[in-house]
Amino acid sequence: MTEPVLSVRDLKVQFVTRRGVLKAIDGVSFDIAPGEVLGVVGESGAGKSVTGSAVIGLIEPPGRIAGGEIRLKGERIDNLAPEAMRRVRGKRIGMIFQDPLTSLNPLYTVGEQLVETIRTHLPLSAGQARRRAIDLLAEVGIPAPDRRIDGYPHEFSGGMRQRVVIALALSAEPELVIADEPTTALDVSVQAQIITLIKRLCAERGTAVMLVTHDMGVIAETADRVAVMYSGRIVEIGPVRDVVKHPLHPYAVGLMGAIPSLETHADRLVQIRGSMPRLSAIPPGCAFHPRCERAFARCAVDRPEPLDRDRRKVACHLYDEAHAEIAS
Amino acid sequence: MLAFIIRRLVQSIGVLLAVAFIAFAMFRFVGDPVNQIVSIEASAEERAQIRESLGLNDPFVVQFARYVGRAATLDFGISYQFRQPVTKLLGERMPATLELALVSAVFALVVGIPMGVYTALRRDSWLAKLFQAVSLVGVSLPTFLIGILLIYVFAVTLGWLPSFGRGEVVRLGDWWTTGFLTTSGLRALILPSITLGLFQMTLIMRLVRAEMLEVLRTDYIKFARARGLTRRAINFGHALKNTLVPVITITGLQLGSIIAFAIITETVFQWPGMGVLFLQAVQNVDIPIMAAYLLLIAFLFVVINLAVDLLYAVVDPRLKVTVRAA
Ligand SMILES: Nc1ncnc2c1ncn2[C@@H]1O[C@H](COP(=O)(O)OP(=O)(O)OP(=O)(O)O)[C@@H](O)[C@H]1O
Ligand code: SF4
Ligand SMILES: [Mg+2]
Repeated sequence: MTEPVLSVRDLKVQFVTRRGVLKAIDGVSFDIAPGEVLGVVGESGAGKSVTGSAVIGLIEPPGRIAGGEIRLKGERIDNLAPEAMRRVRGKRIGMIFQDPLTSLNPLYTVGEQLVETIRTHLPLSAGQARRRAIDLLAEVGIPAPDRRIDGYPHEFSGGMRQRVVIALALSAEPELVIADEPTTALDVSVQAQIITLIKRLCAERGTAVMLVTHDMGVIAETADRVAVMYSGRIVEIGPVRDVVKHPLHPYAVGLMGAIPSLETHADRLVQIRGSMPRLSAIPPGCAFHPRCERAFARCAVDRPEPLDRDRRKVACHLYDEAHAEIAS
Repeated sequence: MLAFIIRRLVQSIGVLLAVAFIAFAMFRFVGDPVNQIVSIEASAEERAQIRESLGLNDPFVVQFARYVGRAATLDFGISYQFRQPVTKLLGERMPATLELALVSAVFALVVGIPMGVYTALRRDSWLAKLFQAVSLVGVSLPTFLIGILLIYVFAVTLGWLPSFGRGEVVRLGDWWTTGFLTTSGLRALILPSITLGLFQMTLIMRLVRAEMLEVLRTDYIKFARARGLTRRAINFGHALKNTLVPVITITGLQLGSIIAFAIITETVFQWPGMGVLFLQAVQNVDIPIMAAYLLLIAFLFVVINLAVDLLYAVVDPRLKVTVRAA
């Protein structure tokens, strides 16, 4: 098997607050292969964005990476010095945020922001960088890029601005792109275009993608594999077809039941009974047990660890061999 | 853009007319101008004659129009105290006040902005905390007290700097005298400028700090970090530039109040500027000077406002569009 682009092992992220240490991410492990799209889903507060921020090294105090390893092409990046990590950001890992309206600095033209990013990471002259910026804008589908490059962000529509953001994220040919809900803030009519664009550009370049989204439809169409997060942990991860069609973890089952079919037009996840626990009150054992219809005694005391199950990993006692034997 | 400028010009003229009206009303309602001009023994006929010659019997509107017309040609009448044209009196003292205000404003900006940036970027360092504490003192101490303290320390105790006056000045052209060209003139500027500028400096520092912290929390700064820009590019290229947009407005507007508040500093340092002249005028009910000073300050405020608006449009591209559309 080829070496993964990104390899996260037992990642822990904590926020030190006055009320105590909040464990936002508590032992997350996953890999992303070159050119692969990993979808990340889960309720609000599950830790999707924090995971993305940790990978790109943007956890700010009071947050900190409290344990685990993050490897990019085998090289550890979670313990790099700030300056070394800065050179990884933008160059080797690109990031696309949710809201294109606020992602760009209003006082600079899109060209200035592109050229600045390109020249930060690549040894190009101002003229060459501008050339490259125009090419990038053309690639992300901005019409008349040689003219639009001198426009200010407010002169672009939301969808067009997200295209500019994508151009910025890809400007130094990163190996990995983290897209954190890249279409949530956009008009429904352009969401599909943007997702298709990200998918196509990354496929052309062989760039791996970590795609965070609430839209299960997008996951089903775009991702190769999907990770379902709950309360700071990955509860199920595996090939998208397996997980979407036949989810194993009871939480994933609930989530997939909420995929909008052709008749319904809900694009947000339908809530499963109850709500996710606050970080300050994560229940012992399986964090999902108060809401789980299949919970049994062990669930309240023993935390399930991710177990291999065919091509996926599931963190649920129902799939523990030992348990299966006891039950049978 | 042109429509915007014209609209702002019309507004400005409106403001000036309103102030002129107040200034003019002072003549009518604060004492009888005739009393200020003639001696107490003057006969009733003499008074009536002067009243007529001054046009005081004309309808109110005509008198007001005449006042505005004269003011527009910089004729503000004769001072009651000095029996000299008000324009000449104010003109002689204007350079002193403007130079003081300018140096104060530059001091406030040059010291206030870096201090604000530093306290925002190094929030937890002891120096930032010290700046914060000092700024509290600067905001809360009254100007005259700061002036007196500075005089006590640097003029009286240490004897480093003069405690009053403008020092030696050099005449430039017919109108201007400057203290910038002599050592004693420059030395004389230091204490009054600090006194006058300290409040603005702390204001600017706190404003820059607050704005900068605000900007550093924005999404585009987060995105700039995610793009791997250098710390310097983020802090100064992105955060500071966005911080300065509102800071420019406020600072510009403060320039007007620096000139207006120069009165106190000028008094403390016996600075031969317009503020001292105005205070004397108030004491002696010298209405032509008071009215002219009022108008002058209003005029400066209006001009500064206009300049700030235009500058703002230059700095912030978003505004150019709304302005163009307007
Ligand atoms: N700066 C912070 N200080 C304290 N807690 C934080 C901070 N940032 C995030 N958290 C906590 O970490 C947890 C995970 O947050 P995260 O933003 O990763 O959720 P998410 O899965 O991205 O949710 P959403 O779908 O709403 O974006 C949340 O409980 C959140 O409250
Ligand atoms: S471990 Fe228990 S509570 Fe948790 S999901 Fe599985 S069955 Fe439900
Ligand atoms: Mg999020």
